[in-house]
Amino acid sequence: MAVPVAFFALFFAYPVAAIVGRGLKADGVWQFGRIGEVLTRPEIRDVLWFTTWQALASTALTLLIALPGAYVFARFDFPGKQLLRAVVTVPFVLPTVVVGTAFLALLGRGGFLDQLWGVRLDTTVWAILLAHVFFNYAVVVRTVGGLWSQLDPRQEEAARVLGAGRFAAWRRVTLPALGPAVAAAALMVFLFTFTSFGVVQILGGPGYATLEVEIYRQTAQLLALPTAAVLTLVQFAAVGAILAVHAWTVRRRETALKLVDPAQTARRPRGAGQWALLGGVLLTVLLLILLPLGVLVERSLDTTGGHGFDFYRALSSVDAGGGTFLVAPLEAIWNSLQYALVATVIALVIGGLAAAALTRRAGRLVRGLDALLMLPLGVSAVTVGFGFLITLDKPPLDLRTSWILVPLAQALVGVPFVVRTMLPVLRAVDGRLREAAAVLGASPLRAWREVDLPLVRRALLVAAGFAFAVSLGEFGATVFIARPDRPTLPVAVARLLGRAGELNYGQAMALSTILMVVCAVSLLLLERIRTDRSGEF
Amino acid sequence: MTTTRRTRQFAATAVAAALGVTALAGCGSSDDTSSGSGGTKGSGSKTVTLVSHDSFNASKDVLKQFTEETGYTVKVLKSGDAGVALNQEILTKGSPRGDVFFGVDNTLLSRALDSGLFTPYEAKGIDRVAADTRLDADQHRVTPIDTGDICVNYDKKYFADKKLAPPRSFDDLAKPAYKDLLVTENAGTSSPGLGFLLGTVATYGEKGYQDYWKKLGRNGVKVVDGWEQAYNEEFSGSAGGKKAKADRPLVVSYASSPPVEVLYAKPQPAEAPTGVATGTCFRQIEFAGLLKGAKNEAGGKALLDFLISKKFQEDMPLNMFVNPVVKDAALPELFTKFGATVDSPTTVAPDQIAKNREQWVQSWSSLVVK
Repeated sequence: MAVPVAFFALFFAYPVAAIVGRGLKADGVWQFGRIGEVLTRPEIRDVLWFTTWQALASTALTLLIALPGAYVFARFDFPGKQLLRAVVTVPFVLPTVVVGTAFLALLGRGGFLDQLWGVRLDTTVWAILLAHVFFNYAVVVRTVGGLWSQLDPRQEEAARVLGAGRFAAWRRVTLPALGPAVAAAALMVFLFTFTSFGVVQILGGPGYATLEVEIYRQTAQLLALPTAAVLTLVQFAAVGAILAVHAWTVRRRETALKLVDPAQTARRPRGAGQWALLGGVLLTVLLLILLPLGVLVERSLDTTGGHGFDFYRALSSVDAGGGTFLVAPLEAIWNSLQYALVATVIALVIGGLAAAALTRRAGRLVRGLDALLMLPLGVSAVTVGFGFLITLDKPPLDLRTSWILVPLAQALVGVPFVVRTMLPVLRAVDGRLREAAAVLGASPLRAWREVDLPLVRRALLVAAGFAFAVSLGEFGATVFIARPDRPTLPVAVARLLGRAGELNYGQAMALSTILMVVCAVSLLLLERIRTDRSGEF
Repeated sequence: MTTTRRTRQFAATAVAAALGVTALAGCGSSDDTSSGSGGTKGSGSKTVTLVSHDSFNASKDVLKQFTEETGYTVKVLKSGDAGVALNQEILTKGSPRGDVFFGVDNTLLSRALDSGLFTPYEAKGIDRVAADTRLDADQHRVTPIDTGDICVNYDKKYFADKKLAPPRSFDDLAKPAYKDLLVTENAGTSSPGLGFLLGTVATYGEKGYQDYWKKLGRNGVKVVDGWEQAYNEEFSGSAGGKKAKADRPLVVSYASSPPVEVLYAKPQPAEAPTGVATGTCFRQIEFAGLLKGAKNEAGGKALLDFLISKKFQEDMPLNMFVNPVVKDAALPELFTKFGATVDSPTTVAPDQIAKNREQWVQSWSSLVVK
């Protein structure tokens, strides 16, 4: 437990506390009066209000659209299901700069809706809400669907035999079992949309700002650290509250439910109603997820002389970037893979040790650690990035210009996924096996290798895959610290988009497509090794 | 409250944390040197570090020439857009990440100078630099490196098809003929957006600019957050905009955008698809300075000299799409052939900008952003 705590203290808590402290202290004296002062400003109240209601609306809309999907993925068997489940997860790990561009193409002028009905949603709150559904669809499908597929359908059937109506049976039997999973998924979606940054900035236009966007503006652009510090504390409190409730629902979910093998519960749809449901869900996935992704692919191929691979070919030459990079853009892929690999190793070590500690020990302190490890998901990258700048600035810890900062920042985001994937599996390992091994004379290491490792190997792989995919797409923190000679994929995309000219734009689309494919492939591999009980993300 | 609770938690594990810190520290710094990046230690270092924003670029040849001439290797650190990069420097003042910072423009110059970021240094060859760009000529805390103009760009095809003359001045943009045609960036978050706003302040004065923006608002100006969206998604003249079926033929961009459209088109057209409304320009001047606390001061000085050398100045236009500030640097053909000559750009003094910027942006927001 010491290692994960030290890691978080050094690379998360200390930098964040330092930057907040810088904002709230004047001449060495704490200025807590600033909190009230900032919070009563009308424009800040507008931001708080918008942040909250759009997150609530996004969560409701996501549940509404994704719950049928969760049911279909859990209960029906159809060709291409694994592939589709991997595909719906791709948005979750794509950088927002890429998704924003795709959504503008879809919802803006000349987009799909525009051509059909002349409806344009860009710079409206609808674009934000739909993009949030796009990003978080997988969270609901995986969290709720994962559990749903393991609920024994015979329990509901038994209730119906005993005379309950179809709805009553569902409400009395399935819903209570599913409730905590739905709550957990809703809270995660709420957390992600409450702290939304790129989506709001790109699709919302200047009229909308979430807390996260405002923190970025106040810190990075205005250098108004006091205001930023207050807003960071507000966000901290909100995220802490969300995570506390989340931890509570997760614990409730882990209370014994009779679970069965998902392979037994899924079957081919029967009857017009079920086929219609499946069709409806497939259509939703097609319109909401495949279409925006397809737009990216189309634009990457759309060259002046008809469709072709010109932009992809251009990626391998240094000159095509016109000095946008010191290296060929294609090298960004290699850089990204290397960074993501290091980040994955760090996340696995830190997350794995944390998960192990959380399994073995109980008590308030340990539960606090559980929530603490989730915090980086809800704290703005700019706060962490600026915190790095003012804390890790003295030898031997002057890491500000070191490449290791990139994987470190990525690992911060990867750790929560590792912990959440490993924890249920580790908790399911019967402690008596370990004790038996110890009694028979095995050292703790040997016991771990012989007992735990075989049982958790698959979960470990899944966790690694998720950490890898998330690291690959991480943008917010990386953009502050990525070195120009070693840009990552998302950073390269952003830089290409920041330049005029057809070739730059086309290359940005081509790189985005490659990123998308790499993410999809790693997620598809995960589907093949997925364990039964690791269905959280 | 959150902080105190967390502090207590960490106090409980402080010993463990301290142990972990030492281990990680050792690991981090050794990785750093082995990757060949941790060079700026001690004054005899052969590496000089240039901190800049994302738009900084130089060709490899030019950087190599610097190494041959001086023996110093340049390491470049880019972080975010111009404002973000500068703010990071201000935060790390006294313990900078590099030796030279490049990328303070005239809209942010006062903030940089007031925070005492730079050590004065008079670069060799400064007398060749155009006088009107030397805004700190008395103290030499910063050295001008390049200029660029923020101007309205227009889609040539749109105006040819409509048989309408493209706008030339700020006044034109408010005329009914150009209703619903212009897209600009948020002045609060984007530097071209701010430049355009400052251009209107310079033209119409402290009072008049608000009336002008009211007129622009009635004339259907659209505001988006950043240059990328405005240019690639909304502007019908850009390559990205064409694909996005964009419908705004006027956009706030740079005077150098048309040459870029030519350079990155395949095949390269004989004429740029976009033009520049030269009466709508605001001049940006970018500066570099020697950072206070620089570890390699001698290298930093050599680098500043080099940044205004003919070689570097002539390399700049095609890498950063800006104009040289030294008189003897020739412009590349791409610029002379496809670029616009801006004769009388507007400008506002840095201390005026520093004093009023916040208030100008705020009243602009209340007028235009709803």
